[in-house]
Amino acid sequence: MEWSWQRIPAEYLVANVKLCHQGKLGKRSGFIHVRKGRIEALGVGTPAIEGLPVLDAAGLVCAPGFVDLHVHFREPGQEEKEVVATGSAAAAAGGFTSVVTMPNTLPAIDNGAMVRYLVQRGKEAGLCRVFPAGAISPGRKGDALSEFADMIEAGAVAFTDDGSPVVNGGLMANALKYAKMLGVPILSHAEDLSIIGKGVMHGGYWSSRLGLAGMSRVSEDSAVFRDLELARATGGHLHICHVSTRGAVEIIRRAKNDGVRVTAEATPHHFSLDHSRCRDFSPLFKMNPPLRESEDVEAIAEGLADGTLDCIATDHAPHTGTEKEYQFDQAPFGVTGLETALGVGITYLVKSGVMDLGRLVECMTEKPARLMGLPSGLLEEGEPADFVLLDPEREWIVEADKFQSMSSNSSFIGEKLTGKVVSTFLGGRLTWRDSTENVKYP
Amino acid sequence: MILQCKDVLGLEDMSAEEILGVLDIANRFRAVFDRPVRSVPIMRGRTVVNFFHEPSTRTRISFELAEKRLSADIINFVSSESSFKKGETLRDTAENLAAMKIDMLIVRHSSAGAARYLADVLECSVINAGDGPHEHPTQGLLDIMTMHQRLGDMRGKKVTIIGDITHSRVARSNIWGLTKLGAEVTLCGPPTMVPGGLDKLGCRIEFDLAKAVRDADVLNVLRIQLERHSSRAFPSNREYHRMFGISPDVVRSLKPGAFIMHPGPMNRDVEISSEVADGPNQVILDQVANGVAVRMALIYLLSGGDPGALGSGSN
Repeated sequence: MEWSWQRIPAEYLVANVKLCHQGKLGKRSGFIHVRKGRIEALGVGTPAIEGLPVLDAAGLVCAPGFVDLHVHFREPGQEEKEVVATGSAAAAAGGFTSVVTMPNTLPAIDNGAMVRYLVQRGKEAGLCRVFPAGAISPGRKGDALSEFADMIEAGAVAFTDDGSPVVNGGLMANALKYAKMLGVPILSHAEDLSIIGKGVMHGGYWSSRLGLAGMSRVSEDSAVFRDLELARATGGHLHICHVSTRGAVEIIRRAKNDGVRVTAEATPHHFSLDHSRCRDFSPLFKMNPPLRESEDVEAIAEGLADGTLDCIATDHAPHTGTEKEYQFDQAPFGVTGLETALGVGITYLVKSGVMDLGRLVECMTEKPARLMGLPSGLLEEGEPADFVLLDPEREWIVEADKFQSMSSNSSFIGEKLTGKVVSTFLGGRLTWRDSTENVKYP
Repeated sequence: MILQCKDVLGLEDMSAEEILGVLDIANRFRAVFDRPVRSVPIMRGRTVVNFFHEPSTRTRISFELAEKRLSADIINFVSSESSFKKGETLRDTAENLAAMKIDMLIVRHSSAGAARYLADVLECSVINAGDGPHEHPTQGLLDIMTMHQRLGDMRGKKVTIIGDITHSRVARSNIWGLTKLGAEVTLCGPPTMVPGGLDKLGCRIEFDLAKAVRDADVLNVLRIQLERHSSRAFPSNREYHRMFGISPDVVRSLKPGAFIMHPGPMNRDVEISSEVADGPNQVILDQVANGVAVRMALIYLLSGGDPGALGSGSN
């Protein structure tokens, strides 16, 4: 039977692919046998099955669908930036099949009904699995605990006041204890607001030179330290979001050696770009935490390589074109990341020799899924057929008008990246196919 | 061509030759001030817009006077911060101005980078009249002109800038311009007001006022921006004055011939004693006069003015 992109059959083979999972890129070609949305079988060589439609993906790598623990889909309340449907489309285009959405919407995701609503919106879009994180405190105000158990029943997988730190240390301690009872992690946006003040970029040579207010590393380091000590004292699972400083990597490394139950993530922009990118005052390089110094960038890459940092998360933070037209000090923090994550990872981590492709894929699939307890991130018999076909050699230029996201505030516009997602499958269904002309993909 | 660019956004972008070229023209304009008729018809029929998005009195008046002495048509556009918070972006404003076919835009804005942004979207020339704490090139040039008139070649001359370096666009423009001309720049102030990293621009950083001024040829004393220090960078005006204020005692410790500058407006008896501000060692009003001349020179040069047509200056 002929393979048809127009009508993906219920049962098919993806053949001649190099399987990349469990931290390794296979040397020999292999296959995946998909049946009714699940992986029926997989392995090297050619399966002894005949009569099935075959997607011949010669030259491509097949990896589990990517898992992003940190995205902002802005719905409800800021639908001019992104909605669950467009965010899901961006995820699919970036090879992601599972995402954890942050609760800093308007209003915040702080109760079971809101969580249920988001899960429902995700299912309607049908382009990736949406796992909401709930707010630690009602309205993210930081003065009481939200109904964690109710939200978990509705589908929440973690709790965070992301966008803001939990200033009250006593509340953070209670959140860790309570979440421990329920078996879910607390995600920490580690920042000391009294130190950060009115800062808009990393505090260092470039902020001094440009006359922009600086954000000290100490803000992040001291907040990470506090939360790690609270995790040590309570035994709760603490996950540190978007680590950006050398100091934080070192503190986390020590705590892990001590057996503290901590995991951590880093964003693609923090392992690739430094604060000199702000030199032209472009708000496309304004985010929180900010782009830091080259030694920090190196420390983040090393932390990912040695496992101190468990995974890559994009902190996909869409903003409208108008908002990014504001002057640097007035523009909102945040950049998009879903559609460039693989390319940035291959360009800045694999090509530079920090890690191999197997390890990069692991940091974008199994590791984040496992630490969050998500039913994703693996290529295994019987599991949902969430997988991605990618071309790790393909060079492409990031273009603002090619994004599936509603917003295009990417730090990588105009940059040449290596490595591109060719097609994405969710439960065996096609959710993305690169339609770039001049390149013939299977 | 003395200036190779469309805009004057900062002294970071100007070469030593360009800076000296501008000062030469400014000195020639300065000579015109002593004539009974102080205006020249060079900019007749051209429109200059003074777009001040942040309160300013003396810089705006200085620009306006410079434009009037060049016989330009002038529009003043002073906006309060609040009208912009209602949604109009800087780009909207700029495009509105451009649609009216103006020849030059003078812009003051509270955001670092704003002048550069406008210069990139507009075809007309843009002069930065101060963008946040980033740069204030006309102030930098008038400061350097005032030093140059007294000290000549700035190579090896010692300039000490004292005060709130963190929030000072004047300091940044001085640093860029003076280091390009080969002067030795020292920055001095409490560590809460001197940001890290500026030594990489070729400055010495010294927190002890006595050491910072000992060999100085010039002290450039910055205004303490009392309104910006919500997080309290120093305990009190009284203690600031005691530690970093330029008092008669400090002046007596200077080497002979050293002089004192201040960009204004002054906080008397905070960063500078009244006695010093009114004394014989300061050149503050000369700075003000040079400011008009520098602004005339920049407007003239950006409009394609021919330096040869001005005759020779007095200096």
